[in-house]
Amino acid sequence: MKRRAVMAGIGAMFVGACSKIADSKVGSSLLGAAEDWHRKAHRALSDRTALVNEYAKADISPYFRGNGSTSVDTDAYRMHAANGFADWRLEVRGLVRNPLSLSMENIRKLPQRTQITRHDCVEGWSAIGEWTGPQLSTILDAAVMDPAARFVVFRCADNLNGADYYESIDLVDAMHPQTIIAHLLNGDDLPEKNGAPLRMRIERQLGYKHPKYLTAIEVVSTLDGIGEGKGGYWEDRADYQWYAGI
Amino acid sequence: MKRHSLSTRVWHWVNLICVIILFMSGLNISNAHRWLYWGEWGFAPEQAWLQVPRFPGWATIPDYYSLAAARDWHILTAWPFAIGMLFMWIAMLVSRHFWRDIRTTRDEWNMAAIRNDIVQHLKLNFSHGSGKYNFLQKIAYGLVLGILLPGMIFTGLAISPGFEAAAPWLVDAFGGRQSARSVHFLFSWGIFGFFVIHVALVLLSGPIRQLREMITGGRL
Repeated sequence: MKRRAVMAGIGAMFVGACSKIADSKVGSSLLGAAEDWHRKAHRALSDRTALVNEYAKADISPYFRGNGSTSVDTDAYRMHAANGFADWRLEVRGLVRNPLSLSMENIRKLPQRTQITRHDCVEGWSAIGEWTGPQLSTILDAAVMDPAARFVVFRCADNLNGADYYESIDLVDAMHPQTIIAHLLNGDDLPEKNGAPLRMRIERQLGYKHPKYLTAIEVVSTLDGIGEGKGGYWEDRADYQWYAGI
Repeated sequence: MKRHSLSTRVWHWVNLICVIILFMSGLNISNAHRWLYWGEWGFAPEQAWLQVPRFPGWATIPDYYSLAAARDWHILTAWPFAIGMLFMWIAMLVSRHFWRDIRTTRDEWNMAAIRNDIVQHLKLNFSHGSGKYNFLQKIAYGLVLGILLPGMIFTGLAISPGFEAAAPWLVDAFGGRQSARSVHFLFSWGIFGFFVIHVALVLLSGPIRQLREMITGGRL
């Protein structure tokens, strides 16, 4: 018991030093910079269109876990769900020459990509599912981005713990071939817990970067002034890494 | 000639700090999802081969549950850890330290000699004849330098979805992402086991001299 107390004491001292470092200006900027070094290393080591693994049908998980928001608690959403999301619209706006408002029918008629990929949650678990939908690049090309465009922001219908969910990625991930707006999971309309009727798939990053219940795609030049400015719901709320490729 | 070369000494202490931060922040990350799986996927207790205990605050960085802050520490420290490992391997190969001192020879793989080595260790007799290290030391250092520490880097990279696009074969090499995650966890405890034995043997074999020599280099 005494040894454990000594170990705990040494541990506490070390952890105390660590939290002092984390609170200092240099320490926190170093901790933030490491995320950028990983992103740059990943981008330097692979082509911007390099794909993550795709799997066979036999590899698909028996069911696909829903995490975070598993529904949207508004009357409007309940009405959309009751009529099969027939009136759901996806807006494309911001720094684009042709703002769009797409119906589910428009989205289904665009060229589709089907991919069986692995979803990795920041918590550590993984699930495999087959996703179908148009590539984001098809829609962005149709909308024609302004040269000042640097990020794509995703707006969502769900509100988690009092804040609207949103996410953002840079244009490298936005134009990636596996970045799709999924409306089918394993051949069926998206279940409510997985983001019905539309969710993003951004396969080179962790699950919290794949927003669900998608209502709008906003092309912007800066993330300042959006939410609390850190680029996403979890980034704002709990200081999760904006680049979630690690 | 120094007993420990400068490269060994610098790496030893930098690596120690890195391993402690990585291990303790890793325990915090483990608390986010305490089940381990084999294969590519797994997300529910019934699919798990192991349920890991929840690690208490005094064992984790930071000392309260924060997946985001723990990942910051883990992700930052991974850099000096991996670059240090690469540096140490280059130094060991260039100076022939690995070939000369850590590589085992065929006549060391002899059951009677190994048994005698173990008996001498248990009797706390650490004097040994020619060569810098005896057989058990070579096996322990070889395992840590050759498999466990580099294994942490490779399994860590295999867990990263961004790195997967650069090297999809790495995930396959471990039999899937969740297998890589399980190996990452098992190897971390292998390193912890080495750490405990290593520190115990240093304490039993003249800790002041051992520590001094790992700082100043000592004499051979």
